[in-house]
Amino acid sequence: MDWQAIWLSVRLAVSTTLILLAVGMPLAYWLAFSPHRWKFLVEAVVALPLVLPPTVLGFYVLLAIGPRSPVGALYARLTGGMLPFSFQGLLVASVLYSLPFTVQPVAAAFAAVDRKLVEASWCLGVSRLATFRRVIIPLALPGVATGAILSFAHTMGEFGVVLMVGGNIAGVTRTVSISIYDQVQGLNYGAAAETSLFLLAVSFTVLALTYALQRRVWALWPMS
Amino acid sequence: MTIAAAADLNFALDEISRKFRAEHSDVDLRMAYGSSGNFYAQIRNQAPFDIFLSADVEYPRKLVHDGVGVRDSLFVYAVGRIVVWVPASSPLDPATALRAASVRHVAIANPQHAPYGRAAEAALHSLGIYDSVAGKLVLGENIAQTLQFVQSGAADVGIVALSLALAPPVRAQGRYWIVPIGAYPEIEQGGVILKDSKAAREFRSFLLDEVGRRILKKYGFSLPAN
Repeated sequence: MDWQAIWLSVRLAVSTTLILLAVGMPLAYWLAFSPHRWKFLVEAVVALPLVLPPTVLGFYVLLAIGPRSPVGALYARLTGGMLPFSFQGLLVASVLYSLPFTVQPVAAAFAAVDRKLVEASWCLGVSRLATFRRVIIPLALPGVATGAILSFAHTMGEFGVVLMVGGNIAGVTRTVSISIYDQVQGLNYGAAAETSLFLLAVSFTVLALTYALQRRVWALWPMS
Repeated sequence: MTIAAAADLNFALDEISRKFRAEHSDVDLRMAYGSSGNFYAQIRNQAPFDIFLSADVEYPRKLVHDGVGVRDSLFVYAVGRIVVWVPASSPLDPATALRAASVRHVAIANPQHAPYGRAAEAALHSLGIYDSVAGKLVLGENIAQTLQFVQSGAADVGIVALSLALAPPVRAQGRYWIVPIGAYPEIEQGGVILKDSKAAREFRSFLLDEVGRRILKKYGFSLPAN
């Protein structure tokens, strides 16, 4: 089994999830509570990665972070490095690719928080930020956890985007799904089956965890 | 009749099949382009193709060995060449680009499964520059993606198929240097008939005869010695 690729995918998925929580929660808050007229446009943009084929996303990302783009040129000036074919480049692509997987469940959970509790907190003189931290987040925690877990799982299984922007460098951009693809292409079916089974087990565990979190009542033992 | 063909044949085969259709109006000919390794796996699982034109000769040979390909129908239709390719706007000279210190990324096809990638790797070894570029290599999934890495500017230089460098949409976009033929093992491109029929036999002869050979040559494939 290609442990180097598995470890890389885990690192990528964890980093992506952390960034998405930092970026996604404010965005989800805005989507849940803003009365802005053009909000639907932002909602559509956030949902785009669900609909666009990864090849389209990857093609655009490669052009957008390449040395000929303003973003790529700025990055090169700031860091001296280049985004394509680097872990950071994959991170940019993964954050975009998994954005709806964080933002949508979190926004739905925020919107489901009882408005009366939020307003009561405000009326008692608690600031908006503190209300967000101490009322909204605790009540929306299952939704936040779902968003984080789905983003993690989605990044673990990411293939098309990585194929388009990664360049398949061992330890840098050869993620587990690319490694499996290589093994199949190299007619190394045994190794491919082994790694695939591992990924299947991880995915199942993660999803089972998500649905377990969504259960309202968790009676571990019959009470009566 | 459906032909599964390696992606590098795209342009040559479009022209060949046009000519073939003009002579055989009774044959309903369809093309599917893709990666030879993918086709191999699909064909072993009963994909409904009549002919398989691979980017190497190993896959068809294995299919005959597996009993999936028609026994006596294995053939070599072309020999591939590789070139060092840079975009037209690049300041690099393709003949020396691989040695340039300013180069950060060199794109080749994945040597693990792409025949052109294996040839590129062998050429880097025999030109004595493999060690100096090993840390700069990025791997395309196939030869077309390798070209796209360079075309987009993400990689500075790439080693691709001559047939691709000569393809109509690419020809004006870059400059290339043909890697000397002795620098890498010959890339024999082979094919096999999967479902025997008169039409399949006719297409095979058409490809190997004068018209097919002329078109293949025009698109940058050398011809097998015999």
